[in-house]
Amino acid sequence: MIPSDPQKVTGICFDHVDVPNQNSLAVARKNGAYAFLPTVLKEFDADKIIDEVKTSGLRGRGGAGFPTGLKWSFVPRNTGKPTYLLCNADEGEPGTFKDRDIMRFDPHLLIEGMIMAGFALDVKDAYIYIRGEFLHEANVMNEAIREAYAANLLGENILGTDYSMDLTVHRGAGAYICGEETALIESLEGRPGRPRFKPPFPAVEGFYGCPTVVNNVETLATVPAILEHGGAWHAAIGVPNNTGFKIFSVSGHVNKPGNYEVPMGTTMRTLIEDYCGGLQHGTVPKAIIPGGSSSAWLMAEHYDVPLTFDDLIKAGSMLGSGAIIVMDETADLVALTRRLAHFYAHESCGQCTPCREGTGWLERVMNRVETGHGCEADLKVLKEASEHMAGRTICALADGAAAPILSLLEHFPDELRSRMAQSHQEEQSA
Amino acid sequence: MSAVEQALPQFSSKRLEEIKTLIARYPHSRSALLPVLHMAQEDFEYLSMDVQKLVAKTLGLHLMAVREVVTFYTMFREKPCGTYLLEVCTNAGCMLNGADELVRHLCDTLEIKVGGTTPDGLFTVTEVECAGACAGAPVVQINNAYHEKVDAAHMDVFITEARGQGGKK
Repeated sequence: MIPSDPQKVTGICFDHVDVPNQNSLAVARKNGAYAFLPTVLKEFDADKIIDEVKTSGLRGRGGAGFPTGLKWSFVPRNTGKPTYLLCNADEGEPGTFKDRDIMRFDPHLLIEGMIMAGFALDVKDAYIYIRGEFLHEANVMNEAIREAYAANLLGENILGTDYSMDLTVHRGAGAYICGEETALIESLEGRPGRPRFKPPFPAVEGFYGCPTVVNNVETLATVPAILEHGGAWHAAIGVPNNTGFKIFSVSGHVNKPGNYEVPMGTTMRTLIEDYCGGLQHGTVPKAIIPGGSSSAWLMAEHYDVPLTFDDLIKAGSMLGSGAIIVMDETADLVALTRRLAHFYAHESCGQCTPCREGTGWLERVMNRVETGHGCEADLKVLKEASEHMAGRTICALADGAAAPILSLLEHFPDELRSRMAQSHQEEQSA
Repeated sequence: MSAVEQALPQFSSKRLEEIKTLIARYPHSRSALLPVLHMAQEDFEYLSMDVQKLVAKTLGLHLMAVREVVTFYTMFREKPCGTYLLEVCTNAGCMLNGADELVRHLCDTLEIKVGGTTPDGLFTVTEVECAGACAGAPVVQINNAYHEKVDAAHMDVFITEARGQGGKK
């Protein structure tokens, strides 16, 4: 059970993630799952739920950090159209692997959060859009949903109330872009995942033109605790404007990579040294990707940055989905950047010219530089191409593609140049 | 019915029931396209043009609507692959923990290139994008199952055992 004293809370989404068989309804219920749901369905109404979530300060855990309560309040009521709730479980940002653990270890937490969100938004049909590769996780979710239906927690007249909601797991099929919410909607409509122009925003015109809310797994899994303990309780955890806990997926050159759920405002150093057992080599990271591969890199000078949405923006980057990739002194950053350039070129949906062409340019030039065939003019091409991509497309994929290139150019120009010099020497001696 | 249509592969009646149930979960049947393609790939191993025609017919879609989805998503295959599909994640987290060396080891051991299939039809090796399991880097998906913290020795054992089973999964 999560303590009602905010000072004593040790975790929200991961509170029961280590409990054996927590994925079964019986075990989850022993640990408090669905205990507060009848109160919400019988005594709360939409306004009360949305107000509590607003008060909680919860910001979307998928990457953008948009206030969840505010997002919900944008949904028009009584439009005569159905409202849809879509859970974004596409989890494809390189470095992110937190939602997977919620779904495979504590699926009922997500289901309960979706019932509560669905009730607040008067949703009859909700979907979990899960990346296609997560077949095991989709199977675990489906089994949990089957148990929930059998216990009248889903379907018609949930727990004897007037509220009915269906929940369906929908597998993607391998496309990073489908994590972007309008691409996700396109994909759920049986089309290629190409992001839509906004506005109209999904809250007004989303899935098949109907009001639609898209929330991340971790965001929805936080809702039950907020409604049970109150928005003010959640707002007392973390730091102002960056409240609650956040799961950080830490990978790369740390001794204990993994998911760690810590209060917002914990410093990067504490997370890496106290939780992740420090670096594999050396004492100070060479570079850190703080919020998934699309975020600008942090250098050693930012090692003590508090992990909040606002502090990461101040440091010139972003918190994103909380995917921290740590690189120690052994990392080949030119090779890593080339690999990320390949990723973005492969995953560009191709509808916007700056992204379709630009990601290809970045990949080709980085290939040349990495294999030692680059020249000084290539650095200029990389910089100009990146700057002509960011902010000039429908979605943020192009910005994400530019971020690692610009970080490499800004912080490690010598590594790029030494790669060129090396090859020129080889050519001369050959 | 033309001769060409008669030659199309068919879903089993059990599968057709499943598809019917699935369609009822969505406002429009078109939403069932990705899940039905997953089913078709499971049933027919890969999505040949005939299988794509079958999916189009089953969901009442134009063939092109199916084609553009099949070609957009990397998990859908238009060609057969080996009995064991070894998909190595080589994105950032795995790359920093030896994924490239693992790919080289697999290709050397199996004497194929990335994307290739062994002549006995047992193994295909590909590189894939971030699998979303970076704490377990390097990650290899073998026929949709995640294998984490994989090293060369682990893969050698797997390959030997798979060969011993003579191509039966």
